[in-house]
Amino acid sequence: MTDLGWIEGALTAARPQAMAALLRYFRDMDAAEEAFQDACLRALKSWPKNGPPRDPTAWLIMVGRNAAIDAVRKTSRNTALPPEELLSDLEDAEAEAAERLDGSHYRDDVLRLLFICCHPDLPATQQIALALRIVSGLSVKEIARAFVVGESAMEQRITRAKARIGAGDAPFEAPGPIERAERFAAVAAMIYLVFNEGYSASGKAVEAKGGLCDEAIRLARLLLRLFPAEPEMMGLTALLLIQHARSDARFTADGQAILLEDQDRSLWNRQMIGEGLALIDKAMLKRDPGPYQVQSAIAALHARAGTAADTDWGGIDALYATLEIMQPSPVITLNRAVATAKVRGPEAALAMIEPLGARLEGYFHYHGARGAFLLQAGRKAEAREAFDRAISLANTAAEAANIRQYLDRVTAEAERS
Amino acid sequence: MLYAILCYNQEDVICGWSKDHEDEVMGKLIAVQENLAKQGRLGPVARLMPTTAATTLRKDREPPLVLDGPFAETKEQLLGFYVVDCDSLEGALDIARDLGKANPGGSYEIRPIAMFNPAPTPESIGEAVEA
Repeated sequence: MTDLGWIEGALTAARPQAMAALLRYFRDMDAAEEAFQDACLRALKSWPKNGPPRDPTAWLIMVGRNAAIDAVRKTSRNTALPPEELLSDLEDAEAEAAERLDGSHYRDDVLRLLFICCHPDLPATQQIALALRIVSGLSVKEIARAFVVGESAMEQRITRAKARIGAGDAPFEAPGPIERAERFAAVAAMIYLVFNEGYSASGKAVEAKGGLCDEAIRLARLLLRLFPAEPEMMGLTALLLIQHARSDARFTADGQAILLEDQDRSLWNRQMIGEGLALIDKAMLKRDPGPYQVQSAIAALHARAGTAADTDWGGIDALYATLEIMQPSPVITLNRAVATAKVRGPEAALAMIEPLGARLEGYFHYHGARGAFLLQAGRKAEAREAFDRAISLANTAAEAANIRQYLDRVTAEAERS
Repeated sequence: MLYAILCYNQEDVICGWSKDHEDEVMGKLIAVQENLAKQGRLGPVARLMPTTAATTLRKDREPPLVLDGPFAETKEQLLGFYVVDCDSLEGALDIARDLGKANPGGSYEIRPIAMFNPAPTPESIGEAVEA
């Protein structure tokens, strides 16, 4: 029954908790990784023979710890020997570890492990790479593929990132409530970054990066299991699930992006949407709203609409207004304007984004949206100008192609009239 | 005699399954279910959402206490279950509170259902899994 597929799944699932506990024990990232690797190798040898342990995570932590102690004992004969019972009897070890895992500090272990990867000195891409390597256990090769860089370049990046965070100044005391909330916010943002790295991929990169979305959802679920009463974690998990539910409908067979309103909604994953909606429902009972909950509520309104025409744009407009207050940003106002245009017309949307011009001058989506509003308002010459500006700022061929469709429409309509 | 077969497994492992693996396992389960349905021996089949979507109502006190997450005590045993249709979690909690008034003590875990097939026939089994 203990086939290798099952063992692999169990090792992957146990990794964040086991690595987190080993890191607290060794206070050194490399030592913790080595100990975990060692424990996995032993699991591959022992589990098929003896059957899986009752608690695989506890087994891996204990065996990893003992393997490292064993190694130290072999290299330094002069050091006092650790207690023998730590080294031999795995059944006892497991019971002891399972008891320790029930302790409240265990949740903080996982939070700490993720938080260490969010070191403010690290650029976002390095935070993601580090979390994928250390917490999720993706190989350097897999991560390099997701970031479309060479394997050795990625190896160097991860090594440098590890050196920068060092383990010396890692916060190992149990965090206070304020500190815990801060760590929580940083980790949630990092999980969202991992998700977006996968979600924003287009063309050939979709296949290489698609797994990052699953990985982000796995991390979000893990944190939610450890902190089941955090409404923002419910909101983030719901947001990721509902967005990811659309993945089969987001691209044409030849890799062109399909806008939300043009997607075949029968391809949306109803089970993921259902889980997302259930989490939002649960979060709302806490009456403690936050940005992730509001964003997930916006995604939910899109998910609930049977067709694009059924979308509750008034509700979306109101939710974006709430988000603007919680997290003022020109990009959020720009998103709100899309809903405003549907509810109150393009001129209202144009008035709303007018003051953003200075700050979003170099932003592709600003000019794209502005062009669409101008086109709707019948101001074709200005629309063409905005679309030309957007194309010059496009980051990907897909973005440019999308705007060209609009431009073709302007040209076609101009010829007809 | 009617029997309930309750499914236990490691959630984080199952949630981490690839779509292909999930489809493969579901295919095998559907084959077993279809066979039972043909014999007229299969009752309701349900798949629950992950425990992260669970809420627990402790009815051993007045007023009952609402806790986030699944029922985690080991001293009490699973004795039964209800399936109710509600617009929201609040509605389900109201029903649970009513039930709790009728029978205080212990807890109810309220878990949304991801897939439900009330009276499986061989034809309806695949469809319910898709839905």
